[in-house]
Amino acid sequence: MSITPPSQRIWWKEPIHKIEATWIIIALAWCLVLFLWMPYWHVYGKQNLSNESYKTTPAAFEAKAKAMVDKYTVRKETKEDIPVVAPPVGSDVYLVGRLWSWWPILELEKDKSYRIHISSLDYQHGFSLQPTNMNLQILPGYETVITLTPNQKGDFGIVCNEYCGIGHHNMLGKIIVK
Amino acid sequence: MAVKMFRQCPDSGLYFHKSAESLMKAHAVLGVVFLLVGGLFGLLVAATRAPGIHLLDAETFYTALTFHGTAILIFWIIFFEVAVLYFASSTLLRCRPATPGIGWLGFILMLLGSVLTSVAMLKGGSTVMFTSYVPMQAEPIFYLGLILFAVGALIGCFIFLGTLVVAKAEKTYDGSIPLVTFGALTAAIIAIFTIASGAVILIPTLLWSMGFISNVDPAMYRVIWWALGHSSQQINVAAHVSIWYAVAAIVFGAKPMSEKVSRTAFLLYILFLQLASAHHILVDPGVSSTWKVFNTSYAMYLAVLASMVHGLTVPGCIEVAQRKKGYTNGLFEWLRKAPWDNPVFSGMFMAMIIFGFIGGITGVVMGTEQINLIIHNTIFVPAHFHATVAVGTTLTFMAITYFLLPVIFRRQLIWPGLAKWQPYLFAGGMTIMILLLLGAGTLGVPRRHWDVNFTDAALHYQFAGTAISMLGMAVVGAVLASVGGVLFCLIAVGTLVFGKKLDAGASLLSSFGFPLASSSYNVERPDKLGLTPIETSGHSDAHGAKGTFVLALVFLATFVVYFFINAKYLSSLWPMS
Repeated sequence: MSITPPSQRIWWKEPIHKIEATWIIIALAWCLVLFLWMPYWHVYGKQNLSNESYKTTPAAFEAKAKAMVDKYTVRKETKEDIPVVAPPVGSDVYLVGRLWSWWPILELEKDKSYRIHISSLDYQHGFSLQPTNMNLQILPGYETVITLTPNQKGDFGIVCNEYCGIGHHNMLGKIIVK
Repeated sequence: MAVKMFRQCPDSGLYFHKSAESLMKAHAVLGVVFLLVGGLFGLLVAATRAPGIHLLDAETFYTALTFHGTAILIFWIIFFEVAVLYFASSTLLRCRPATPGIGWLGFILMLLGSVLTSVAMLKGGSTVMFTSYVPMQAEPIFYLGLILFAVGALIGCFIFLGTLVVAKAEKTYDGSIPLVTFGALTAAIIAIFTIASGAVILIPTLLWSMGFISNVDPAMYRVIWWALGHSSQQINVAAHVSIWYAVAAIVFGAKPMSEKVSRTAFLLYILFLQLASAHHILVDPGVSSTWKVFNTSYAMYLAVLASMVHGLTVPGCIEVAQRKKGYTNGLFEWLRKAPWDNPVFSGMFMAMIIFGFIGGITGVVMGTEQINLIIHNTIFVPAHFHATVAVGTTLTFMAITYFLLPVIFRRQLIWPGLAKWQPYLFAGGMTIMILLLLGAGTLGVPRRHWDVNFTDAALHYQFAGTAISMLGMAVVGAVLASVGGVLFCLIAVGTLVFGKKLDAGASLLSSFGFPLASSSYNVERPDKLGLTPIETSGHSDAHGAKGTFVLALVFLATFVVYFFINAKYLSSLWPMS
């Protein structure tokens, strides 16, 4: 029994049950498929995180974001006057996560690529683009860079899905794709 | 004359050493206290997340969520696991525990630590979630409590190892240690790794919260903290798989199909399970894809292979034992005629099925580097770990408790009729909740979020109606599971207080089992634990586990289909590189 010592003193010489051996081979084969799928997707898939990220500081990142906002703001929305920024296609776009908003609102063109830089000025935040459902962990002091190509038109919400204090559930952002 | 410290349980035949037994009881009872309190906070969390009820205010909600996670994932589970370690060493090997006095020191540290951290959380000044990601800061006693608790648990692990040494030296058993003890050893080794990782990150974090260190890097914190946070769940896996084998032996007299296969699978756990901290870092900056792919897959999914092997061999050994008893018709007579009204079996078997089919499959799918993009930090994640921990581990511990209550407390189970239904209620409620939350998470609903309708936000976003209704309905499952959980605690505590005494003449205090009457301990040295008898009928194929193999293939098919559904979903995402 499993609660008493093995009947064979030299238990590693016991033969393996045929059913067990078959299952081990099948399971191992599936494990290899699962493993190889990841490098496969890096080559043939279109949704991969880049390995590009930089150390930064909240002040440095905020300065870069402000410069972009000053240059490319097209209008302001909501009673808080949140700037809507329409950066040139292919340019470096900065998105700030802070207590408790994603700033600024971005206006992008469909099927065009942008280099999006995201960082946090305070706590950790979760970048969760909805309803597309794309989720990234955003850390203060680290700048995540992804090349993003929106392929749908419309208004998209950016939810924060990492707990960041009492206003966490009010932290939203927006991406408009034209 | 030597002191008589052992007793033999007349019902189970197991030998209990007085000190080990008292330590086991103390840890298990404390564990159940945290299960009850932590579980009820879980119900408050569920009732707040349901948009139609929205029970707690935001601040209380986040506090309750922090407490629920920590009390259940750390305190309930690890208190109970230390009890399991005493059982798997001292009881199964018929051996005195090494240094029981230090064992009590460990217990006191765990108690002190869990109380300090609980107070810190409930006061409200340490609402940082179970993960306490820096730079969000808790009060120093929050971290201090966790460190003290970990030191206590570490003492428990070393006493377990010491007890194995004592058993070997005093020749209390013949041959090799039993499979269940081997599995518990796996759990102890993983626990030591886990606690060491915890020390590496929590000690600097404590110093930071006290102002002695200016900064703790958030990326470093996440990688090392998860070697505590995820690995502690791997202790559970090793511990509950061991208990599955124990239940198969206790209820069916089953012996492992092959010792070599089951033990090698445990060895794979020791070698690879801890890499899983990477599961939480898959969409983080600062870590390369190569690192992510290697670690998230436990080096080519070798730990997943181990779980798939246990998934076959645990029900397989039950099938073999049942077929020997004559339940040989068709593929599944052995399963149909299993004792489904015995909560020790039904709890364990449902825990195994839900752990594998829901917890295991969702875990591997979301742990795939790129698929994590559509799952990270959605409510899919808590749904996954409720399948693994709340059902896989907790229900397994509940099941073995039904066996242990009369054995170690010598009291007859109260409400056997309700006990029969309790595992179904708990597993059923949890499954309803889990499936609905998996659905809501797939539609993007975030975890740890007080208001998914964003009522007070400057901007606005509206989740799909289906997602919100699934979130709302999940509370029904949570209520059922809570009723099941409370029922378990009532039966356990009620049995200690009101259960019929199984030993005549026990005094009031000793009849509660702390410890049993000294007259019960009438054995100086138990008989040496012999090898499992070799079975006479050697036709293993005649008793093959055909039905289990079919179940395993159904599992594999589910796994493959679910994986590729998610890969397809990923491919619809905005292209990114």
